Amino acid sequence: MRKVRDFSLMDLEFILEFSPMYLEAAMLTIRIALIGIVASFITGLFCSIVKYLKIPVLVQFINLYIELSRNTPLLIQLFFLYFGLPKIGILLSSESCAIIGLTFLGGSYMAEALRTGIDQVTKIQTESAFSLGMKKSQVIRYIILPQAFTTSIPALCANMIFLIKETSVFSVVALADLMYVAKDLIGIYYKTDEALLMLVLSYLLLLLPISVICSMVERRMRYAGFGNTGTV
Amino acid sequence: MQDLGIQVLFRGTNFLRLWQGLWVSLQIAAISMLFSVILGIFLGMIMTGKNRIVRLLCRIYLETVRIMPQLVLLFLVYFGTAKHFGLDLSSEVSAVIVFTFWGTAEMGDLVRSAFLSIPSHQYESGYALGLQKWQVFFHIMIPQTVRRLLPSSVNLLSRMIKTTSLVVLIGVVEVVKVGKQIIDAARYDVPTSALWVYGTIFFMYFLICFPFSIASSYLEKRLKD
Repeated sequence: MRKVRDFSLMDLEFILEFSPMYLEAAMLTIRIALIGIVASFITGLFCSIVKYLKIPVLVQFINLYIELSRNTPLLIQLFFLYFGLPKIGILLSSESCAIIGLTFLGGSYMAEALRTGIDQVTKIQTESAFSLGMKKSQVIRYIILPQAFTTSIPALCANMIFLIKETSVFSVVALADLMYVAKDLIGIYYKTDEALLMLVLSYLLLLLPISVICSMVERRMRYAGFGNTGTV
Repeated sequence: MQDLGIQVLFRGTNFLRLWQGLWVSLQIAAISMLFSVILGIFLGMIMTGKNRIVRLLCRIYLETVRIMPQLVLLFLVYFGTAKHFGLDLSSEVSAVIVFTFWGTAEMGDLVRSAFLSIPSHQYESGYALGLQKWQVFFHIMIPQTVRRLLPSSVNLLSRMIKTTSLVVLIGVVEVVKVGKQIIDAARYDVPTSALWVYGTIFFMYFLICFPFSIASSYLEKRLKD
């Protein structure tokens, strides 16, 4: 016979006692995700500008990087960074592993998102700018990037959420993030329900506001299209 | 040449074992993808419907999948079901459940947007020409939807393969686990084996996913209407 379990039975005291641990882990997740996202964005920006300018040699390297990073899982990248590289003398702390891994992964996603935006800037825009006597750097800075940025906001937002979600694998490099704490508590106290509930709640509290803000920004930015009227 | 770490790959059947390990996660990805495509098409059609409550429920489902990391879902199913439903799910089965749950949402969203992206004059002209509802559906809607859907679903498949690398964390013996065994076995005589083994796994994933990435962009260019 199967036992009927009472679902409402949660150890509240346990939850209260260990919620500071989750808070701390969440702060760590936020910190690393923030650094990773900013670094990814910079990497992506650099890659997309190089791709736009078609700088020889560099562009091939960047294409290789983008393909490598887009077609391999973050988990494997982390294993390589954390367990593989020390064997040739490159010792990285868990935190720098996590940040490097996240940037390596995120850079290519951001580059792709920005590239789509850059592609959508119409030729008439850049050519008018050139005919007004702007230099290439000015065209990129004042004409292409502002427009590319607004059109790629939905993709950038999606990437942001994707990268924050990807931080959940950082426990494999011994970083005390949310997953790590949950796994620990399950292992030590066998309070599976409470640990999992708090885990789900933490991610919900972390990502729901971002998701909502993102869709608000997307809706507002939809009207900011310039030069290509009829943006839906 | 004795201390070259790469030799660990050619010891015994190590290299073959790594591929066998990858095959395990590929199988999980393939099965989950199959279910996801079937269920996702249904979900996509339901989401284009008129019923507000159904659409709200779908929205909640999509948002859940969008927010929760797949690893959290894996933990929930793997640890949660054992306790509450008395089910002793193997890690492979929990993985298939989770990735189907995730993939169905992604696929459903793709199907929905593919459906909605067909301009209304397409099916209205169909009706104007006197086609029946099912004829419009089969001759006008389906071919165009498939066209729009193919590149993005190939892309989803490669994401599915990448995401299934997580299953090692709930104890499936797949490529990373096999890699760890190889590293542990050679701990003393080949100290640099970790670099080579994880490097190899990295490129194995690349070799599997790269063709899909090419296929996806090829299809995108080819099927542009």
